[in-house]
Amino acid sequence: MIYLIFAYFCASMIGITLMALTRKNPVHSVLWLLLLFLHIAVLYLFLNAEFLAVVQVIVYAGAILVMFLFTVFLLGAKELPKGKRYTDLPEGKALIGLSLTGVFIGAFSSITTAWKGKYTIEYIEKIGNTKALGVMLFNEYPLAVFLLGIILLIPMIAVAVIAWRAK
Amino acid sequence: MIPLEWYLALAGLIFGMGALSILINRNLIIVLISLEVMLAGVNLALVALSHYMNDIRGQVLALFSIAVAAGSVAVGLSLLIANFNLRKSIDIEDLRELREEQGND
Repeated sequence: MIYLIFAYFCASMIGITLMALTRKNPVHSVLWLLLLFLHIAVLYLFLNAEFLAVVQVIVYAGAILVMFLFTVFLLGAKELPKGKRYTDLPEGKALIGLSLTGVFIGAFSSITTAWKGKYTIEYIEKIGNTKALGVMLFNEYPLAVFLLGIILLIPMIAVAVIAWRAK
Repeated sequence: MIPLEWYLALAGLIFGMGALSILINRNLIIVLISLEVMLAGVNLALVALSHYMNDIRGQVLALFSIAVAAGSVAVGLSLLIANFNLRKSIDIEDLRELREEQGND
């Protein structure tokens, strides 16, 4: 049964990615991307990452895709380029991309996990996924959390400055 | 239990499709969307490895990756709008001002 569900997710995610990347209208592309992110959130639930599944839906589907839609609306659908869709030499670049895909699939699928950590499923079930994640985040990576705050602050300033100039 | 290799192959396939789309598309919005697809593939690989190696650090890393992706997309989209106000175009082929001058060859 679980194999059947996983096969559905594999097939539909590949199809959805192809649909998202081949649409001519960016609004359709963004909506297909929303479907892809929801599928990935369900796969996170399969992998016992409940907190990340919720973050995926809230941050990606809720914030980033709305930002994309705002941009598309600001530009206006009439302003989109009407000429050629692909850059020069698309066949050569497509060959590079396909071989890159082959290398990634080959390299990723030959990874073996010899090492096992102490966060087994039973342990995470006992204390809860979010609590385990938070304890790890704030005990082992406090500096990274500070840096993340700075990394999120600087784009905010940058976006304000760029918008100011654009006026 | 589903083998780890299937998840990693799926993540690699999604990443590769995004990379291919970045290489060949001219529309800047589609290029940024492909960037998001690539990041989704990477996050899927991180979470799958985190689950199968019994270590929650992979999920912490995926969380960082999501946060940084949000910031980078905000900057990318605002640059896109600034570029559009300047040139009235979101074609990637128009961003050629820093290119070396081509001779008569």
